[in-house]
Amino acid sequence: MTDTSKPENKEWPLWEVFLQPKSGAHHAHVGSVHAPDAEIALQNARDVYTRRQEGTCIWVVPAEAITSSQPDDENSFFDPADDKIYRHPNFYTLPSEVKGL
Amino acid sequence: MCNFELLLINEKAKMEDLQKLEEEFQARIDRGEKIEPKDWMPERFRKQLIRMMSQHAHSEIVGMLPEGNWITRAPSLQRKVNLLAKVQDEAGHGLYIYCGAETLGISRDEMIEQLHSGKAKYSSIFNYPTLSWADMGAIGWLVDGAAIVNQTMIAKCAFGPYSRAMIRICKEENFHNKQGYQILWALCKGTPEQKEMAQDSLDRWWWPSIMMLGPTDKDSPNSKDLMNWKIKMQSNDTIRQRFIDRTVPQAEVLGLKIPDPDLKWNEERRSYDFGEIDWEEFFNVINGKGPMNKERLQARRDAEKNGRWVREAANTYYKKRKEQAA
Ligand SMILES: [Fe+2]
Ligand SMILES: [Fe+2]
Repeated sequence: MTDTSKPENKEWPLWEVFLQPKSGAHHAHVGSVHAPDAEIALQNARDVYTRRQEGTCIWVVPAEAITSSQPDDENSFFDPADDKIYRHPNFYTLPSEVKGL
Repeated sequence: MCNFELLLINEKAKMEDLQKLEEEFQARIDRGEKIEPKDWMPERFRKQLIRMMSQHAHSEIVGMLPEGNWITRAPSLQRKVNLLAKVQDEAGHGLYIYCGAETLGISRDEMIEQLHSGKAKYSSIFNYPTLSWADMGAIGWLVDGAAIVNQTMIAKCAFGPYSRAMIRICKEENFHNKQGYQILWALCKGTPEQKEMAQDSLDRWWWPSIMMLGPTDKDSPNSKDLMNWKIKMQSNDTIRQRFIDRTVPQAEVLGLKIPDPDLKWNEERRSYDFGEIDWEEFFNVINGKGPMNKERLQARRDAEKNGRWVREAANTYYKKRKEQAA
């Protein structure tokens, strides 16, 4: 059994910080903070990333909970979309006199 | 084929792979792509970046000390909140850059340990004492001014997290620069004693400020690699010249005299010529022999020690709550 009575001086876990710059906007990643729990992570994120009203909402996510696609398989991972230009409006040629399309 | 030969062939193949990877890496940089933490990178690139970024983060953190020295003695409540906000920003800058450096696989604890043991360096400029209120002006104007010229360049660098941290920082630096200049402007419009105080401050901070942009190109051994990798976009001497060119006219507006008898506008170069820099002083300060090196490091070590109980209490509290929830 581990001794739980002894205080630890371990580094606080890392949290990734996502900020919504204004209401209606997407949250975007801005950086990270260290904190022992989510509540303190939120407070630290507020102090570090919103000293000038840069945001209306903050998400903090334990860094280890994030799964990222790997840069090495960037090509094969994303190539299903490579040859599908018909998903873009400029693929379609229409009569030049038609309006509102 | 004997084992030894196989081994050699293996080694050779590995070397060729590595060379190919390095070539592809350099090609990405030459095309102007940003390198992200999970991308393949040469070990030397990672090492140099960790060195540069941790040094930069340490400078932001140690940089709070000379100005922190005057917060309680600011001449008005307005000046006090201005300075407080400025110093708080510097703490934020340190944290932005630490978290960028952490993506390279070094922990913040490790970086701080390197600072406290003296293994990691920080900017030479913060080893000078702040003797008068005017120094708050000179620091914002000159030290943050020099930092802006440097950081605007790094904001374009090839490593994504460093570049993004710099963009955020550059947005905040203008306020630092302006509040400093305005402190000196107020003093220069004041009594003769106040103006003298401003001049004295400029006299003491000018040379350290132009030194802080780093050794001259021929004594800057890492520069070539850093510039190939676009971690550094311009040489120390180029940045220094840009800083001097933008600062000299600002001193004229204040009616202050820059303490360099050789400072002169060069019409041909469309730039200021300036006098010889005392590099011996610079290297002395970098190597621990500046007027405030000992005090600065001691203050950092004390802060780490005195804050330890808070970190431990928070850890214990969190652990207990988790156990209760289980
Ligand atoms: Fe800063
Ligand atoms: Fe600053």
